[in-house]
Amino acid sequence: MNRVKTKLFPQWLIHLAALTPLLWLAGVFLIDGWGINPIQYLEKRSGDYALVLLLASLACTPLRFITNSARFTQFRKPLGLYAFAYAALHLLLFVGLDYGFTWDEIIPLVLNKTYLWFGLAAFVLLLLLAVTSTQGWQRRLKKNWQRLHTLVYLTGGLVVLHFALSIKGNIFKLSGEVFWPLISMIVLSILLLIRLKPIRSALRRLHR
Amino acid sequence: MKPDDLHKEITPEKLYFSRRKFLALVGTVGLSAALVACGITTTPDTGTASTGSLVTDTPVPDILTPLDTITHYNNFYEFSTDKGSVADLAVNYKTEPWTLEIAGLVEHPGKISVSDLMKTYPAEERIYRLRCVEGWSMVIPWNGFALHKLLSDVGVKDSAKYVKFTGPDDPANLPGQNSAFYTWPYTEGLRLDEANHDLTILATGLYGKILPPQDGAPIRLVVPWKYGFKSIKSIVKIELVADQPPTFWNLLAPDEYGFYSNVNPNVPHPRWSQATERRIGELKRRQTYIFNGYGEQVAYLYDGMDLVKNY
Repeated sequence: MNRVKTKLFPQWLIHLAALTPLLWLAGVFLIDGWGINPIQYLEKRSGDYALVLLLASLACTPLRFITNSARFTQFRKPLGLYAFAYAALHLLLFVGLDYGFTWDEIIPLVLNKTYLWFGLAAFVLLLLLAVTSTQGWQRRLKKNWQRLHTLVYLTGGLVVLHFALSIKGNIFKLSGEVFWPLISMIVLSILLLIRLKPIRSALRRLHR
Repeated sequence: MKPDDLHKEITPEKLYFSRRKFLALVGTVGLSAALVACGITTTPDTGTASTGSLVTDTPVPDILTPLDTITHYNNFYEFSTDKGSVADLAVNYKTEPWTLEIAGLVEHPGKISVSDLMKTYPAEERIYRLRCVEGWSMVIPWNGFALHKLLSDVGVKDSAKYVKFTGPDDPANLPGQNSAFYTWPYTEGLRLDEANHDLTILATGLYGKILPPQDGAPIRLVVPWKYGFKSIKSIVKIELVADQPPTFWNLLAPDEYGFYSNVNPNVPHPRWSQATERRIGELKRRQTYIFNGYGEQVAYLYDGMDLVKNY
């Protein structure tokens, strides 16, 4: 029965969904050239897309538990790779377009801003996971591959922290622009909690 | 000058640009702080009454930010946290009639309508750089009057040491005020000597036009050497007080937004670079200057103070 449902989610739909933001950005550019502060707009949007796609990738396994369909597992990798691609764009916009590769300004900036540590650490991990996402690396690393790729949970946490600390206000005091960071924290927490053994086996029992 | 008259006598943007060139010239010749404090009166070639402009230049020429940009990129959290949405959300916000209350440690407390205020204190033009704490900046030709004029007329008592400003508390008409993540209403504060500085103005207009609601109509503070959030919009109350008043962003994140919040590239912010800024409309970042380039005029206010500690 689940097979029928998941047929509604063919692989190409994932590619379309992940590339739609680019089409959207192109459309917005044609309408108003990305607004009054276009660099800031692009930085923010590329970061949003990377976060959403990473959360979507992390949602695949819980969806498998819930629907009892292995189909979702196949979406994990492309969604993760798209998350990496948007993160790379996000970083490139920051370093290249915003700061014009002025390393003497960028390096002190990265050193003294906590939110950038989290962002950069998340990017390094995403890069590592993207590079080792091929079947070749999977074979080479054997059991360690799975261990290595549990780092995606840490990456999710780092990305959400990077986002939460990049807003105007204080996430720990729930003051300021905390709404979306809070939502992403809750979503990430749910996605990780579902993986816990008791919840997982409860879901498995449901499908028996 | 009545608001209606102001509206009729719109100064073409081109004229502003030519005057700006003149000012740039004056600036490069080198203005002494004393001369600047007296105010330069430019030729009355525009519609606004008594056009006094106070400007010191940065090495890279400042060019006026277009009106349409100034009115469509607004940090006005009472409406929205999205700078692009404020203009649309504020379009029906009623700013006339508007009463400003003067309260606290003054000889003549009371309420005054903003239209009366505008008659009593004719608008001067002040071209100022505006540096947002988020790392962007604009150059804005304000119309308004020096706050010290109002303060001296209401008679500040000796016991007053600070000026507290309060914005509107009107969640029915200010959608952003329904968010529980902020401490409404918006409040700001200045030390009395900062408030009395001639660069500190109450603005009622922009480009010779009546201030639009999204830019803080009908009356807002402009303190050009401080980060933009100090320049509170749509003021309903000015209060003279003895103690340092609480301020909106300081309440939200005290580690990031101090009471003084002077533009200072030497005080890093946890998020945005304060060493450089993006002038809206430009691709390359510009250097940020201490006191937003107004150090000649205002640095003496902070003599002997540790500006890193008193950020």
